[in-house]
Amino acid sequence: MASPRDLLKPSTPPRVALFVTCLVDAMRPSVGFAALKLLQDAGCKVEVPMQQTCCGQPAFNSGDTRDTAVLARRFIELFEPYDYVVAPSGSCVGMTRAHYPEALAEDTDWAERAGRLGARTFELMSFLVDVMHYRPTGVTFSATVTYHDSCSGLRELGVYEQPRALLGAVGGLEVKPLEGNDVCCGFGGTFCVKYPAISNAVVSEKAAAIERSGAQVLLGGDLGCLINMAGKLRRDGSPVRAYHAAEVLAGMVDTSSIGEKG
Amino acid sequence: MQTSVVSFQARVDAALADPTLKLAIDRTTGTAERKRTAAVAAFPQFEAARDRGKAIKDHVIEHLDHYLLEFERNATASGAKVHWASSADEASRIVVDLCRRADAKRVTRVKSMLGEEIGLPHALDAAGIERFETDLAEHIVQLAGDRPSHIVWPSMHRTREQVSVMFKKAHRVPHREETIEAMVDSARRELRDKFLSADVSISGANFLIADTGATCTVTNEGNAELTTSPPRMHIVTAGIEKLVPSLPHAFALLRLLVRSATGADVTQYTTFHCGPRQPGDHDGPEEFHIVLVDNGRTKMLADAGLREMLRCIRCGACMNHCVVFRQLGGHAYGGTYPGPMGAVLTPVFDGLEQSRDLAHACTLNGKCQEVCPVNIPLPTLLRGWRDRSWRDGLEPASMRFGLGVFTFVASRPRLYRLGAAVAVRVMRLFGLGGWIRSMPGLGAWTAYRDFPVPEGRTFMARYASGEGRRS
Repeated sequence: MASPRDLLKPSTPPRVALFVTCLVDAMRPSVGFAALKLLQDAGCKVEVPMQQTCCGQPAFNSGDTRDTAVLARRFIELFEPYDYVVAPSGSCVGMTRAHYPEALAEDTDWAERAGRLGARTFELMSFLVDVMHYRPTGVTFSATVTYHDSCSGLRELGVYEQPRALLGAVGGLEVKPLEGNDVCCGFGGTFCVKYPAISNAVVSEKAAAIERSGAQVLLGGDLGCLINMAGKLRRDGSPVRAYHAAEVLAGMVDTSSIGEKG
Repeated sequence: MQTSVVSFQARVDAALADPTLKLAIDRTTGTAERKRTAAVAAFPQFEAARDRGKAIKDHVIEHLDHYLLEFERNATASGAKVHWASSADEASRIVVDLCRRADAKRVTRVKSMLGEEIGLPHALDAAGIERFETDLAEHIVQLAGDRPSHIVWPSMHRTREQVSVMFKKAHRVPHREETIEAMVDSARRELRDKFLSADVSISGANFLIADTGATCTVTNEGNAELTTSPPRMHIVTAGIEKLVPSLPHAFALLRLLVRSATGADVTQYTTFHCGPRQPGDHDGPEEFHIVLVDNGRTKMLADAGLREMLRCIRCGACMNHCVVFRQLGGHAYGGTYPGPMGAVLTPVFDGLEQSRDLAHACTLNGKCQEVCPVNIPLPTLLRGWRDRSWRDGLEPASMRFGLGVFTFVASRPRLYRLGAAVAVRVMRLFGLGGWIRSMPGLGAWTAYRDFPVPEGRTFMARYASGEGRRS
């Protein structure tokens, strides 16, 4: 069996499975194609397993561990054959990496398999920087942007420097600091519809901070949070547009911003 | 104390509709956050201290039986009388009985959240014993007839403007200038003779020191000394998780507590009590009683999903940094303890059925654990309550049905693809100019936010037709 160190050494080219995530699949496929392009540009052999569905996070965070385990075992079997699993979301990767072993704790074999796969599962931008040592070349985006650090990526996976390093290689981009960049936007998965008034109060403060940053464009690494913030900015009549950072890094901002009619 | 019977949603609505409350919360938590950040930055060993603090608490929790008996032995040797209370009711009954035995007409209290937990203010009032709160914020809470809304700043839900009005109405010689100093002087004038004329004083404890039998109480105002010295009896109530092996362990935890709570480098006043007045002492109580309270703690100890909560040193950092607490304040939580730590503890005291909302009203963003000085995995513990609530059948039937259907569909990729395609089409019907302003089933979202219209065909459909592939 391969040692953990060997597992971190990519075969050439590494065989990477793209986990598209439910939200990107249904709401904004362009983020998936941006992720695909970035991984290909970074030298990966990318495959999209066609049997993939959801990681089970909604069930897990609702306390439904049994249904979570059903979807977790499915995910592990489907993605185990690849060198790496990469998703354009810190939240979904946090689920598979940090929480599958918890959800499967009652079955040691499955919990161990979850742990081994988790070690090879990465959020897109951290994978590009930490594993592939990739930087975009020849990409420009002339705009002032600000960046929101989504909580799962930041706290469960330590994604902070990687998006900044990647965005630093984009021409014409000016990054404005965001006050409270590491403060939750109030999305919280099912939280935002279970407690919509609290969620609204939280995202209202986030939208105000984004406005104060002076940026024209909001970037982030998780579509759920981005839709929440973009939806609030839009309702408030703000001109700030929102993209997933992968779209900027892949040079695919010719597509309309989130919610902008294409 | 029981969780308020008013529904969580009603308390949330009331809190969100109160702009003065929001102003008060923002002032206090904003300052607390700023000062804590600076204090931690100026203390490069903070992470090492945090590891040590966690290790001390874990060790004590692991050997609680040993340290409890050691503490009882040493406290008794110093002349204190140790009482054991298994429940909140038993604890407050012991205290009230001691007061009655001492023929107490008037008692003074030093702020203690455990006192609130066991319902002591109410029990004393019900027994007809005149009670004076000596902590400035608790004095405000008592004047207003409400409950603490924060474990460090009990009256943080009141603005200083509101407090000024209250003092002018209640104090014998109220302040004339609208400054904080003048208001503090007004409270001082009002309370001074109460300190001196009380029959019994009651305090909590931040630490119980096993090898000496001493108790340690931290205050910002020095009221612990003044309260506990003149009366003839002093009663300490403390949770059994407050034990530390010896004094250096208390200091190791104090360094974490003060930085996490107020952002100061040292506590203003750190008061130690060890036994009653000895021959030759100038002052001090003739009788010194310590009531050790379980009230669910041994149950938590036996429960791997809650044991880590016993590390909590009650600093309040988790609530100061919680996006939900910062919108609602403490009263909306309905229990004795608010914020993330309160959401974990309240179901222990009041039962999950009454308080199941608390674990759900959380975005699981993890900031609370990040700032916790003893690294309690609060999001994991809160998710643990969600698991129990699911297993106990407390979750709504609609939720159980919905997730059952979702799992069924998500286990069948072709069905899932079809479902996603239909959802996308339906949403596109409701979209106008790229955004959905309202749609059946999406009301909780669109009441406050627009929802973007899906781009078009799903990723999987487009990928299946060859898009994005390189040979």
